[in-house]
Amino acid sequence: MWQTARLVAAKDLNIEWRSRQVTNQVLPFAGLTLVLFAFALDRDDITARVAPGLFWLATTFSLIVLVQRAFAVETSDGALDTLRVAGVDPAGIYLGKSLALAAQLIVLEALLLLGVIVFYASHIRPAGIVLVIITALLATCGLAFVGTLYGGLAAGAKGRETLLPLLLLPVVAPVLIGATRAFEAAFGTRGGAGIRAGVEISDGWPWVGMLAIFAAVFGAAGVLAFGPLLEEA
Amino acid sequence: MSATVPNIQSQQGVDASWVSRRWRGITSTGFSRFLGILAIVLTVWLVLFGLIFSPPDITQQSSVRIMYIHVPTAWVAYLAFGVTGLSSAMYLFRKKHSLIWDRFAGASAEVGVMFMGLTLVTGALWGRLTWGVYWAWDARLTTTAFLFVTYVGYLAVRRLGGSHHARARRSGVLGLLAVLEIPLVHFSVKLWRSLHQEASVANPSGDVKMDGLMLFSLFVGLIAFSSLYFWLVLHRQRVMYLEDRYEDADLDTALAERRAESTGGSHG
Repeated sequence: MWQTARLVAAKDLNIEWRSRQVTNQVLPFAGLTLVLFAFALDRDDITARVAPGLFWLATTFSLIVLVQRAFAVETSDGALDTLRVAGVDPAGIYLGKSLALAAQLIVLEALLLLGVIVFYASHIRPAGIVLVIITALLATCGLAFVGTLYGGLAAGAKGRETLLPLLLLPVVAPVLIGATRAFEAAFGTRGGAGIRAGVEISDGWPWVGMLAIFAAVFGAAGVLAFGPLLEEA
Repeated sequence: MSATVPNIQSQQGVDASWVSRRWRGITSTGFSRFLGILAIVLTVWLVLFGLIFSPPDITQQSSVRIMYIHVPTAWVAYLAFGVTGLSSAMYLFRKKHSLIWDRFAGASAEVGVMFMGLTLVTGALWGRLTWGVYWAWDARLTTTAFLFVTYVGYLAVRRLGGSHHARARRSGVLGLLAVLEIPLVHFSVKLWRSLHQEASVANPSGDVKMDGLMLFSLFVGLIAFSSLYFWLVLHRQRVMYLEDRYEDADLDTALAERRAESTGGSHG
């Protein structure tokens, strides 16, 4: 299973490395979202305060685009059917695709974080750096697991472009909430009055726990469910 | 065509009994007719008790009467989604993979979405009268809204096309995932609200001592809407069966293939 996962992930990343579609299209899209949020919210103090939420919103929107792309690659030439006919372990395919998706998301998040710091004048408290990294990793796992699962569900169906957001967005809501709250703790941006008022780093850790549960639950569900989904899809 | 009927019967077991007896596109049986009449009688009863016999609330006046619809619709919606989850599991985990479970899951989800929509609308109206706002970011409200959207998505997936069993498997997995998703959403929203400590809305029915007649009206509402639910699901499930059959009749060759699959032989 792990062998298959590694090969599938390597294949996906290789395709990306050669086509540069994510690099050339999804990254600019995510950056553009950040700029548009700034237009919509208009005031600097507000953008600084809601920066963690905007960061995760931009990530979530990009996730949808990335998942579309990940499964467009598989279904355009019937590659998914071929893998199935060849008797490749579906759990391996699932983990591999999740892994590749997670790798792309991590790169995207690193750049977005830079964008948030530059555009929204956010700064991470030194003690919060560990929290940011762990939150990002766990949230990414959760997003990748859910994205691959629902991407596989909608793969090959007509109208999946419009269907996927409808299916995916409600499910990733816990990640959006949890990761945003944890980032707020690390940035120190939550609180009623002042921008940097009243939130401790330690407030972020319960959310990290929730993100871990989320990733574990959907990872397990995906490993179990991906096989039946691929059959006759 | 005529050859397909016995085959479907043997496949569907219980489901086919009403077909063999009254196969003319009629979806009612004696039992479902009884259920329908019961639902009508109970609804009339609910209207009488809810609007006329039960007293207005001391603080909420007559707006409390919304509760007689709001609570039963919410209850039925939860019941419906529970049935969807259960039927999805039955389809996926039983060896026979009988499509009747898939159709029950789909019919139940449709009715559930309708009732959940009613819950949200009546709740918003009641909230406007009592709280002064249509919506509050309360954990229960937010979870309900997510439940609604999730099952709207579920219904969209059911319409994706493909063979009946492809639909059943896809939506079955989704029906089970929804059961996983909802507690997580509820948990996260609850944690989110409890940490915020802003406009946390006290649940008014918690501290209101309920009048006996009001409680009785609510009880009537629960039974009325539950029987309406069972009636709707029963009929919807049967209409879905007819829809499936109609599609099959259009694709005689595909049907032959599928029959070969379902009797154990592999095609090709």
